[in-house]
Amino acid sequence: MFSAAQATIGMANVFLDAVAAPENKVNAPAEPFIWFLQTFVTLFIIMNVVLVTMAYQTWAERKVLALAHQRYGPTRTGPFGLLQPIADAVKLLNKESITLKEADKSVFMFAPLVGFIPAVAAWAIIPWGDANNEGLLGGWLRPVIANINLGVLYLLALSSIGVYGIVMAGYSSGNKYSMLGSLRSTAQVVSYELTLGLGMMGVLLMAGSLNLNDIVLAQHNTIWYVIPQFFGFVVFGISGIAETNRSPFDLPEAESELVAGYMLEYGAMRFGMFYLAEYINMNTIAAITATLYFGGWAAPFPFLDFIPGPIWLIAKFSFFLFIYYWIRATLPRFRYDQLMGFCWKVLFPLAITNLAITAVIKLVGIYAGWWG
Amino acid sequence: MQDVKDYTIPGGDNFAQGEKRMRLNMGPQHPSTHGVLQVIVDLEGELVVRCDPVPGYLHRGTEKLAENKYYTQIIPLTDRLDYLSPFNNNLAYVMAVEKLLGLEVPPRAQWLRLILSELQRIASHLIWYGTHVMDIGGITPFLYALRDRETILDIFEMCCGARLTVSYCRIGGLMADVPAGFVEKVDDFVKLFQKSIKDYHKLVTKNPIFVGRTVGVGVIAPDDAVSLGLTGPSLRGSGVNLDLRKAEPYLYYDQLDFEVPLGTKGDSYDRYLVRMEEMAQSTRLIEQALAKLPEKGPVKADDPKVMLPPKELAMSRAEEMQRHFYQVIHGFPTPVGEAYASIEGSKGELGFYIISDGSSRPYRMKIRAPSFVNLQALPMMTEGRMLADVITCIGTIDIVLGEVDR
Repeated sequence: MFSAAQATIGMANVFLDAVAAPENKVNAPAEPFIWFLQTFVTLFIIMNVVLVTMAYQTWAERKVLALAHQRYGPTRTGPFGLLQPIADAVKLLNKESITLKEADKSVFMFAPLVGFIPAVAAWAIIPWGDANNEGLLGGWLRPVIANINLGVLYLLALSSIGVYGIVMAGYSSGNKYSMLGSLRSTAQVVSYELTLGLGMMGVLLMAGSLNLNDIVLAQHNTIWYVIPQFFGFVVFGISGIAETNRSPFDLPEAESELVAGYMLEYGAMRFGMFYLAEYINMNTIAAITATLYFGGWAAPFPFLDFIPGPIWLIAKFSFFLFIYYWIRATLPRFRYDQLMGFCWKVLFPLAITNLAITAVIKLVGIYAGWWG
Repeated sequence: MQDVKDYTIPGGDNFAQGEKRMRLNMGPQHPSTHGVLQVIVDLEGELVVRCDPVPGYLHRGTEKLAENKYYTQIIPLTDRLDYLSPFNNNLAYVMAVEKLLGLEVPPRAQWLRLILSELQRIASHLIWYGTHVMDIGGITPFLYALRDRETILDIFEMCCGARLTVSYCRIGGLMADVPAGFVEKVDDFVKLFQKSIKDYHKLVTKNPIFVGRTVGVGVIAPDDAVSLGLTGPSLRGSGVNLDLRKAEPYLYYDQLDFEVPLGTKGDSYDRYLVRMEEMAQSTRLIEQALAKLPEKGPVKADDPKVMLPPKELAMSRAEEMQRHFYQVIHGFPTPVGEAYASIEGSKGELGFYIISDGSSRPYRMKIRAPSFVNLQALPMMTEGRMLADVITCIGTIDIVLGEVDR
């Protein structure tokens, strides 16, 4: 299933590449076939790294939560419990998958894929190094799988498609608990998507481009956008947590209330798909936050440039993931109406205000001449 | 289990055609109904229009079983009522039997009972704290609360060998005196706990999300609370000042100095604060009681008809051995009559009403279980609120199904 996902993403990316390739690509070889192969190799390596990292997120989360609880977490499966994700995967693959009589079978089976694939596909555009470079291995391991000019729009579109996974899962399960969970989750995700987009608009105004690599380069030359766009960062960060249904916004899967919500009726690997999709989403949001606000693959100071880009990106999004685990360990969860109220009454005005102020400052700056 | 579609709730099933109501069965197996409690809620979207708790899944016939057992044999049955504070159940029961017999318990036993009862109250409230906050979503305080509860359970294990089903009281005193090191261990716990309470407050009490989830949720008006017969923190959270330790003092509570925390608005947050403060007051009581505990003394009453002889005599002298055998095999006779004794348990007024017909078995034993009575408040608290509040409300009235169902 992974290789099918990878192949699909590979095809899609090559298509996007061909359609939306930026003009400043210095390393496009004459043969499109070589270009396709290079994209595929890059895709293969990066996706494997991402998927393994995602599996080990589960381990990292369990360890961090356990340490917050003054206990150890997994210690017996392998040294430090490092084989725990593998044990979980083996267990999930061996379990029985039940489908209810009342369930709508085709939608039921399709829903986990609709949840999982957009989450993984979002990694296609995240730059691990400067996309204008040739990349390692003489161009065979490029810093980004697809350097498209519409990067941010692609991300928002994918997260919107991901909502369908939740909707389809809850509706087709034939279980009232799941339906309740998916209703709540849908409304939550759709609302917070709005603030997600609006929160990052400030960054887009400042960078002047939707291309993630250009955004990072703009930060590399000036200042990390978290400082001028602090309120945008707050809005984006909180919306990111809400988008991925993480605590304190994890009402849809509130264990103590709806017993896993929309994922309730899924067994075995289908549950595994949702479970992993949540972690991949978290990874994606963490990486996007790092890219948009904290400079992505760029070092904070020029003298630290010798440390390669991927290390910076990994360090930054690991930091955000740690913050997500920490928040989960500490905070109780919002009630549904409080959650929606928080989005529409607090974050949304804040995001709009941030956008308006940024726009005004940029306009003034362009006319006055100091906006370079 | 009954299919929920065929279940008839008393009062009828008044779904009109086309009405948008959904009947949700938060079934007996559920991560947060604190045991096997079934709650049938009728929902319109997220709004609860009707809430019906269905207890009875843990009914084990305790009261009937007691009719066929000698008075001493009933003590292990009482452990299993409110299984989070077993010592309190034992205490209430033996107090009822002692009242029936007119038995006088030696002071050292009474002081020890007081100390252990307050420790048990802290242990019960710690579980409430952990599970209530966990239901609301904060998963960490549960681990911290249980870590402190482990110290209390260690103290009980030291005294009687069991952590959960202690059966430590006997009619006329305790099973045996506490071992050496008891006073030091309880003292250490008190010092540790005074620091821990600060941690618990820091983690939860001012958290805006927790406050938002509990303030105004599950309000019980004082008049409603009294007419429903609520007792314990559920009642005191609404501002009604009724604590049996002050109103009808038992053991030596009238010699000790403590306060009874009261709430003002009767919502979940007030009940939370009341229970947290009760834990602090319990540590105060334990400190004072440790200071007043007599150094030496018997822990069993001095009535040869009721009490078993001391072991060393029973093993060596014929008369005592005969008495030991007779009392174990035939029990002891009781005067004809009835007695009711109640204590301020951790959940409310826990009472035992025993009717005796002169034999060595009770004719009838009725348990006034506070959780059973407190559970009545659930529909009143939740109707008109959202589904998430049902969980908050179940947690805030602090029920234990062992007690509800007996």
